[in-house]
Amino acid sequence: MIETHDLSKQFHDFMAVDGVNLNVQAGQILALLGQNGAGKTTTVRMLTSLLYPSRGWARVAGYDVAKNGHDVRASVGVLTEQHGLYMRMTAIEYLDFFGQVYSLSASARKLRSDHLLEYFGLTESAHRRIGEYSKGMRQKLALARAMMHDPGVLLLDEPTSAMDPESARLVRDEIARLKSSQRTIVICSHNLTEVESLADQIAIIYRGRILLQGTMEELKRDVLGPPEYEIQFTDAWDASRLELPKDVEMLSRTATSFKVRVKRPQESNPQILKSLSKTSASVMAFQEEPRTLEQVYLKVMTDAKGRENVH
Amino acid sequence: MFTKLKPVWLVAGRELKDQFRDWRVLTPMAILIFCFPILMNEFAKQTVNFLNQYNANLILERLVPFSIMIIGFFPITISLVVALESFVGEKERGTIEPMLSAPLDNWQLYFGKLLVGVITPLIASYLSIAFYLVMITRQDLVMPSFITLVQLILLTTAHATLMVSAAIVISVQSTTVKAANLLASFIVIPVAILMQGEAVMLFWGNDQVLWLAISGVMIISLLLIRVGIAHFQREYLLGREIDTINVGWLWRTFWKNFIGGANSLEAWYVHSLGSALRRIVPAILFLAVVAVVSVWLGHAWVMQNIPQVIAKSSPEDIQKLTAGVREMPNLTNLEAKLNAPFLFMNNTRAVAIIFLAGLFSFSVLGVLLYMVNIALMGGLFGVLQLLGISPWPLFLAGVVPHGVFEIPALMIGSAAMLYMGVVIVTPQTGKSMGEVILESLADWTKVFLGIVVPLLAIAAVIEAYLTPLLLAWVLK
Repeated sequence: MIETHDLSKQFHDFMAVDGVNLNVQAGQILALLGQNGAGKTTTVRMLTSLLYPSRGWARVAGYDVAKNGHDVRASVGVLTEQHGLYMRMTAIEYLDFFGQVYSLSASARKLRSDHLLEYFGLTESAHRRIGEYSKGMRQKLALARAMMHDPGVLLLDEPTSAMDPESARLVRDEIARLKSSQRTIVICSHNLTEVESLADQIAIIYRGRILLQGTMEELKRDVLGPPEYEIQFTDAWDASRLELPKDVEMLSRTATSFKVRVKRPQESNPQILKSLSKTSASVMAFQEEPRTLEQVYLKVMTDAKGRENVH
Repeated sequence: MFTKLKPVWLVAGRELKDQFRDWRVLTPMAILIFCFPILMNEFAKQTVNFLNQYNANLILERLVPFSIMIIGFFPITISLVVALESFVGEKERGTIEPMLSAPLDNWQLYFGKLLVGVITPLIASYLSIAFYLVMITRQDLVMPSFITLVQLILLTTAHATLMVSAAIVISVQSTTVKAANLLASFIVIPVAILMQGEAVMLFWGNDQVLWLAISGVMIISLLLIRVGIAHFQREYLLGREIDTINVGWLWRTFWKNFIGGANSLEAWYVHSLGSALRRIVPAILFLAVVAVVSVWLGHAWVMQNIPQVIAKSSPEDIQKLTAGVREMPNLTNLEAKLNAPFLFMNNTRAVAIIFLAGLFSFSVLGVLLYMVNIALMGGLFGVLQLLGISPWPLFLAGVVPHGVFEIPALMIGSAAMLYMGVVIVTPQTGKSMGEVILESLADWTKVFLGIVVPLLAIAAVIEAYLTPLLLAWVLK
């Protein structure tokens, strides 16, 4: 698991990360979102014991990042922003080398590298030099390296960048499998659709500070307000007979549909349906208005920049 | 222990494999191993033919060891290329972060790189020397003695270690390979000067001096390795992107440490200088012991070597020398030449030279110069004894009055220099190498301006005006 408190990093006069608090349990995925230079990589580097926190603390897999760097690094698998592959080595040599670095036995190294190469579809190219690999293949191999020692914690920077849709799907499936096998995972990504489908928690970082943190639902609610629902009818309907609960706000209305904002959907939605059943209108669809992470992210960013401009 | 060393071999092994797959490393190595000894051999043959006409046998004897040194040196220049890019090259290629994220200790990473920087060029060097030795056995050239061969092999190894350890320090501290290559001149120039000195030693043929040179190069190499490990910070390798000399930051860091928060001269003396002085107390105590040893060494050397000189000298010469010592000093002449400003400048320059020598050798040369300065007193004491003159009155009148100020000044100034060297080779958590150097430089400057200069000024006045009078009184 990962736990941080007031985690901060200052480079001379520049505050790269400022007071970050995280709590990611085993079997959870946290996504760190933010612009380039927001502090995501610095946070990940502190969680890998590559950078010492200027303030606050962090514990990764039960180890303090400032005091037990060696143990932290042994428990973490890292996919870095740059692949960091040795181009003159073959994939099999590369994985074997890192297996040795992580003190795996020869049989374990063989087992793990064979499995990972096969999973990522690299078995046929295993004896080719990495320099001859495509960008996507390199990304897959870098990911295989991060997973080589089967770590309890995975820190993945853009895990599916440069991958074709099929490979990206493969990686997403593997991340989901790792999550279900109680791994703690942190993903830094600009692919918001991917984050939405994988992450349990999302944290948006801006200029080193976490602006917003929570589950997808919490973020949508906090940023975009209560959910909105559209109800469509097969024919024109009579709005006069509709009784909406108090916490439901009518947003728009047409001859064959209406849109409402519902503060407490669990309580109010059944009441709306009940009220609709009393009218003669036949309901064709009752659906939540799709609200994406992208909307949340862009709104948070716009607000943050707006506040900055005011100041 | 083996488990701890395994990652070192692992890091080195991977890179060695990489090197042996790179034709850009292999081709020059092959040329240097096989072609250069042939060229050198041809040069030696021509030189032998030429020198034989003049019966210059001594030069002929020394030519082969010199050639071996040169043949051994050229392949190790590759070590510079390999070591300079060891860390910064990986940083540029983006391969450093996975390595730094791995459970390897700093020293394991460092020694892995050091080993790979040394192994390949040394293999090339030894092969090159062996190839040359095979060639000279088939010709009319004098084979060097076994001891000389051992010395040459050690010298080559010491050169490689020196260059690699210095290059790795540069590689860790640089932000780009280009910057590291530009900084390589800081290795090439001293090594070139060193090689010239060693060439002189080889032609001189003094084994003892050459052993000293080998030891000196090895000590500096070990200190450089220590510096490299002390200042190896993963954070530093990842944090910086560009090299700029921030003069403002340099000055602020120095000044902050120099002033030490004092707001008056008295506060500066008591708090800022006081704390600097407390930091160098162990170094002062160490140099006090070194001073005693130096006096003894100076005295012992004179007692061992000068009697032979005296034995060879004529009684007239000895009498003339003794009379010269006993002669009343000409105060008018002394005042003209050895006046207080001259003496002050001379002694201040000595302390400054000790500092500079120490700065570029992690205090080693500085301490040696300090020892020579102190040993002179022991030597003088011995010479006077050998001449049959009681040294104590001369010592009490001619050295003690100004010496009580001058010797502590020399000792304290040298201790500040020694402290600086020690601090540079000691790991300092959370501080960059530049900060450490600037802080210790500020300490040295404080001690120099606050203590050494005033003491040397007092000593100069006493030496110029009081010592001659006391000497004249004693010699009457």
